[in-house]
Amino acid sequence: MPMLELNDVHAYYGNIHALKGISITVDEGEIVTLIGANGAGKTSTLRTITGLLKPKTGSVILDGEDLAPYPAHKIVYKGVAMVPEGRGIFAKLTVRENLDMGAFSRSDADGIKQDLERAFTLFPRLKERESQISGTLSGGEQQMLATARALMARPRLMLMDEPSMGLAPVLVESVFDIIQEINKEGTTILLVEQNAHMALQIAQRGYVLQTGEIVLSDSAEGLRKDPMVQKAYLGME
Amino acid sequence: MANLTRKKRPVTRILHWTIFLGVIGCVPVIFGGNAYYMYVATLIGIYIITSMGLNFTLGYTGQISLGHAAFMGLGAYTVALMTLNGYSFWLALPLGVLITFVAGLALGLPSLRVKHHYLALVTLGFGTVIYLLFSNEYEITGGFSGLPGIPRPSFFGLDLSSDIAFYFLVAAFLVLLTGIALWILNSRWGRAFKAIRENDMRAEMVGVSLLTYKLLAFAIGAAYAGIAGGLLAPLMKFVDPTSFPVHESFWFLIMLIIGGSGRFEGPFVGAIVVMLLPQFLRGTQQLYFVIFAAITLILLIFWPGGLTSLLDVFFRRVLRRNPPQFTK
Ligand SMILES: Nc1ncnc2c1ncn2[C@@H]1O[C@H](COP(=O)(O)OP(=O)(O)O)[C@@H](O)[C@H]1O
Ligand SMILES: [Mg+2]
Repeated sequence: MPMLELNDVHAYYGNIHALKGISITVDEGEIVTLIGANGAGKTSTLRTITGLLKPKTGSVILDGEDLAPYPAHKIVYKGVAMVPEGRGIFAKLTVRENLDMGAFSRSDADGIKQDLERAFTLFPRLKERESQISGTLSGGEQQMLATARALMARPRLMLMDEPSMGLAPVLVESVFDIIQEINKEGTTILLVEQNAHMALQIAQRGYVLQTGEIVLSDSAEGLRKDPMVQKAYLGME
Repeated sequence: MANLTRKKRPVTRILHWTIFLGVIGCVPVIFGGNAYYMYVATLIGIYIITSMGLNFTLGYTGQISLGHAAFMGLGAYTVALMTLNGYSFWLALPLGVLITFVAGLALGLPSLRVKHHYLALVTLGFGTVIYLLFSNEYEITGGFSGLPGIPRPSFFGLDLSSDIAFYFLVAAFLVLLTGIALWILNSRWGRAFKAIRENDMRAEMVGVSLLTYKLLAFAIGAAYAGIAGGLLAPLMKFVDPTSFPVHESFWFLIMLIIGGSGRFEGPFVGAIVVMLLPQFLRGTQQLYFVIFAAITLILLIFWPGGLTSLLDVFFRRVLRRNPPQFTK
């Protein structure tokens, strides 16, 4: 049984038909990537998983359970954490307060403390800037904070929305290293990216999304060799 | 200065409390001889409490309440009716708090369930209905004749009926409620409020129920107004509907916006400025409302953080003390 399963999901914003029958699966322990151009529906797909966008038809199944009855704020209690697009941190709160918010769904003080230390080990920069207002961090640091905040929920499944967006190439490299490290420690990852190049290097499998539809699905290896992907997403002729 | 709720150096915190308590203590020393000044000072204390409540509602969780005058009225009439019938103020006030808190929940729940911005409309309707109840339920509320002769309380045999003693009672409540507000804002609830204020979707993603926490903030805001009303009745020794019309709620919004909505010091600065400015604008007569509206608009457009944000700029840039926390 896959950990996460979207079955023929259709979703709308008013009249806009944003998702036209999305079906994907993510198995426990995997890194699966969802690539597509701007406006393809990547963020919307993640929103149907986190309950912010309710599918009109189709279902979102986590560990065999339909998520339809759960409001957005309950999803994190199911073990799903989100690293939002554009490094969605709480910019006016301090680094530490952001991390505390990440653990809002938990009440195990000891575990939270452990995870805080783990986050600071993973991202030593954040330790140095613990009491700094997070909106004043650099772009790369904000991405680290968004990732660390999601980890504070101790999720089994982490959804990441374009973590490389707007980052310098060196930083992109380190973000992807971290993603792999998090995955090795046991967190399953659904990675949304426009940067297909990097995403296909660390993912096991991938889906290509175009105007609300999955047009391709294959192993990362297979996608890298696909002529259409090479042309449209890897910038090769 | 921007935010008392953030972890501060203890020195800064002690300094803030010293100034706060110092001002409270100095007022009667300077103005104690003048009954009118003491009355205005006490009234300011009461309005700070109302604005602090509104700060939970509007400032921290972004909900517009046009019902704060009505909540104040509920607190005032509860205390008036109970104390006039021989019950202790110390029983009446908690009952007023309970009634306003529950009214806040009862009002917030259906409107927040439907759509978040319905709350403004629902509270507007509520404010109107409560005002009509106060004016028309003659048998109970005395209608427009109001309820005269409300006694001032005593505290374990200590008589608090003199203007100065009553001022200190209100001041004690103000200090207590300031402490409670700080405690709430530093708690799990406060963190949820601040997260919602900044981005409600992100707050939901980390597990904050918007319904629960917006409702809580709204009910806390209503209860603060209830306490303020419960203090207003014995201050005036009289209540009537004209103290709680709907447009009074707009004044509370203006107070908070002028002071700085969502900032801890906002209600203090706002209530003081809105209450004292008319004393200086006396010559302008009716124009003073226009002047206020203009000031509010200018602040909303150019300094949405209100006067406290201007003070911030002043302290940071001009005095160059309190170096910004974000130096790299
Ligand atoms: N909040 C919204 N309201 C209306 N339309 C939206 C909203 N968010 C996204 N859309 C539309 O849905 C489609 C998919 O958008 P999105 O999921 O954000 O794409 P991506 O993340 O792949 O860039 C686009 O056509 C976009 O304009
Ligand atoms: Mg997107």
